[in-house]
Amino acid sequence: MTAKVVTIASGKGGVGKTTAVANIGVALASRGQKVTCIDADIGLRNLDVVLGLENRIVYDLVDLIEGRCRLRQAMIRDKRLPELYLIPAAQTRDKTAVSPSDMVRLCDELRQEVDWIIIDSPAGIERGFKNAIAAADRVIVMTIPEVSAVRDADRVIGLLDAEEKGPAALVINRLDPAMVKRGDMLSVEDVLDLLAVELIGIVPEDENVIVASNRGQPLALDAKSKAGQAFQNIARRLMGEQLPFMDLESQNLLQRLLGRK
Amino acid sequence: MDETPSLIQIKGIRDGLLITLGGAAWPDLASAFVKNVDERSSFFQGARVAINVGANELRVAELSALRDQLSERGIALWAVLSESPVTETTAQNLGLATRLSMPRPVDVREAAEELPVDAAKWVKGPLRSGGRVLFEGNVVVMGDVNPGAEIVAGGSVIVWGRLRGVVHAGAQGDEKAVVCALELAPTQLRIAGEIAVSPKKHGKSQPEVACLKDGQLVAEPWQELTGR
Repeated sequence: MTAKVVTIASGKGGVGKTTAVANIGVALASRGQKVTCIDADIGLRNLDVVLGLENRIVYDLVDLIEGRCRLRQAMIRDKRLPELYLIPAAQTRDKTAVSPSDMVRLCDELRQEVDWIIIDSPAGIERGFKNAIAAADRVIVMTIPEVSAVRDADRVIGLLDAEEKGPAALVINRLDPAMVKRGDMLSVEDVLDLLAVELIGIVPEDENVIVASNRGQPLALDAKSKAGQAFQNIARRLMGEQLPFMDLESQNLLQRLLGRK
Repeated sequence: MDETPSLIQIKGIRDGLLITLGGAAWPDLASAFVKNVDERSSFFQGARVAINVGANELRVAELSALRDQLSERGIALWAVLSESPVTETTAQNLGLATRLSMPRPVDVREAAEELPVDAAKWVKGPLRSGGRVLFEGNVVVMGDVNPGAEIVAGGSVIVWGRLRGVVHAGAQGDEKAVVCALELAPTQLRIAGEIAVSPKKHGKSQPEVACLKDGQLVAEPWQELTGR
């Protein structure tokens, strides 16, 4: 096996990187792929919480890099999906505990074991971000339809080009079709017009994402959830499927007819 | 390593340290430099460093590797000086400066006039947020200039695309400089000493030219100019 390393970055915080890593990881694993998610947000870890694996952490990324444990010991197996693993970040250290070359070495070792390595980048464009993209074969840039987040995504895409990690793939998160229709939110076209990169996913606004994160049960396992479905679609596109984007409008109508929000 | 001092010269300048590397081929030069840093780590700790690599042609991988190695040792690389245009472009792509300081606008009016009028820098777009182009002559950008990007040119600026960042033409005082773009909607536009922001546009956009007329910044559609 030779894994593909995919890093999810955004520049701005709070646009849904961690949620995306958890859901894309779960989606790939639910399709029979062997997946390891790495939380590179050292000092502010939370991928373990979103995946519901917090209470199983014994060793973390920094322990692994500093040689206090073996690779297998740091890989926490998911409760639901036997092919999904997490390497959690250390909570008591900071970004400087790991260097870009450490990440490359770790991923090279891990590549033999799995099909996919999904790395959760911290917000910002400093050391933590450089660590997260060092080993990446492909970088997914997350944004939300908000001017400041799109501006930061633009900066990150530029940095990725400069580091020869481009071209980035784009995911637009938390899109609200009704607000776009009213002209109160940037549309997919507005965002693409500025960023001019390949779009790989559109995730609609869905309040269940928060519920799912709190419970540690990623939405991608819920076939009824639109957001979960969108993450499944991103996973399928990563695996090379050509897939049309969901029609968010008509699904809204359907849901209105069914009496749901 | 006895030959190290001849390869590496260190000079204190206003902005930190200027390190001149020369007399050997790149990979050796870089490793000699890193070795030198390791030997004198307390001296270098926390330093802001500019390096002069002479005629060495450096690619992004080589330069970013050196920058990573230095940053792991607590040293910030902020500028790369080189005679090679390839290295200069590489440095700019990595967001590093390629000269030690931008001359003050007032001091260098004569210098600006001495520049050949056809000196232009070609920039392959898009120029994204955080991207910065600094050039004494004219600047031509093939592609969009996004919000958050900045162009400072001694001469005129031509953008074959949408101009939505900050642009300063005639930065050294040239009031004849112009800015044109297929869509002229900069966050802020400056020509010589004048500053303007784009008015809210309605309807279809068209190519426009901005210039100074009687000390006022004005933007006109391109078609009107073709007649004169």
